[in-house]
Amino acid sequence: MARTLITVPKTVRRGETVELRTLIAHPMETGYRAGADGRVLPRDILRRFECRLDGELVFEAELFPAVAANPFLSFSLRADASGTLSFRWQGDNGFEQTETAALVVT
Amino acid sequence: MTTKPGSTRRAALAAGAGLVALLARPRAFAADDPLRAAVLAFTGGTAPAEGRVHLELPPLVENGNTVPLVVSAEGAVRTIAVFNERNPQRDVAVFRFGPRSGGARVETRIRLATSQRLVAVAQDGDGMWWQAGVDVIVTLAACIE
Repeated sequence: MARTLITVPKTVRRGETVELRTLIAHPMETGYRAGADGRVLPRDILRRFECRLDGELVFEAELFPAVAANPFLSFSLRADASGTLSFRWQGDNGFEQTETAALVVT
Repeated sequence: MTTKPGSTRRAALAAGAGLVALLARPRAFAADDPLRAAVLAFTGGTAPAEGRVHLELPPLVENGNTVPLVVSAEGAVRTIAVFNERNPQRDVAVFRFGPRSGGARVETRIRLATSQRLVAVAQDGDGMWWQAGVDVIVTLAACIE
């Protein structure tokens, strides 16, 4: 389980647009770098990210080696109702991680 | 010289198969300009118009390993793709905004191997394609070190 940092505003008013920030610890090994022995290190990156609110898509991203290590993604959500936010990362070597957070809309 | 029975037919079939394979190959756009080729491959051949999408990157980057990038678009934009010019691979990321999105705006951090051009390509609700480009100077390269 990689370390993640997810920022969801504590108080959100109905209809407001809020910014969600996500960070996950991952080397994003590009597959183009050579190791100490001179051989190319195999690619190991996160390829997909998805954020859903009660199952409905908010934002998704397809990531490539050009994305920096420890991928940071900030995107916006329209907060109409309270619910559960899910954040899912998928990547090489079967990497799969989902985190959730509550969205409280007043 | 005698021809073996069936060899001329085999040759004809091979030529025909070769022709079909040539036609079935994915079209290569703008082979002399890989960045433009990547953009056109994404849009399916349509050259995007300038505008509607905004790409923000620092003009001068000290460390190419982590370069902040902001891409945003006006209107009902569903997809934004970002391409680079000089990394080992053209793709940077593709972003899609769902029904719960608050707007087409993404911040992330990317790697740049050298000074180069970045292009963002967006498709709006009417299916029209838009693009914006930014040139970035990089002092310390990423990707290959």
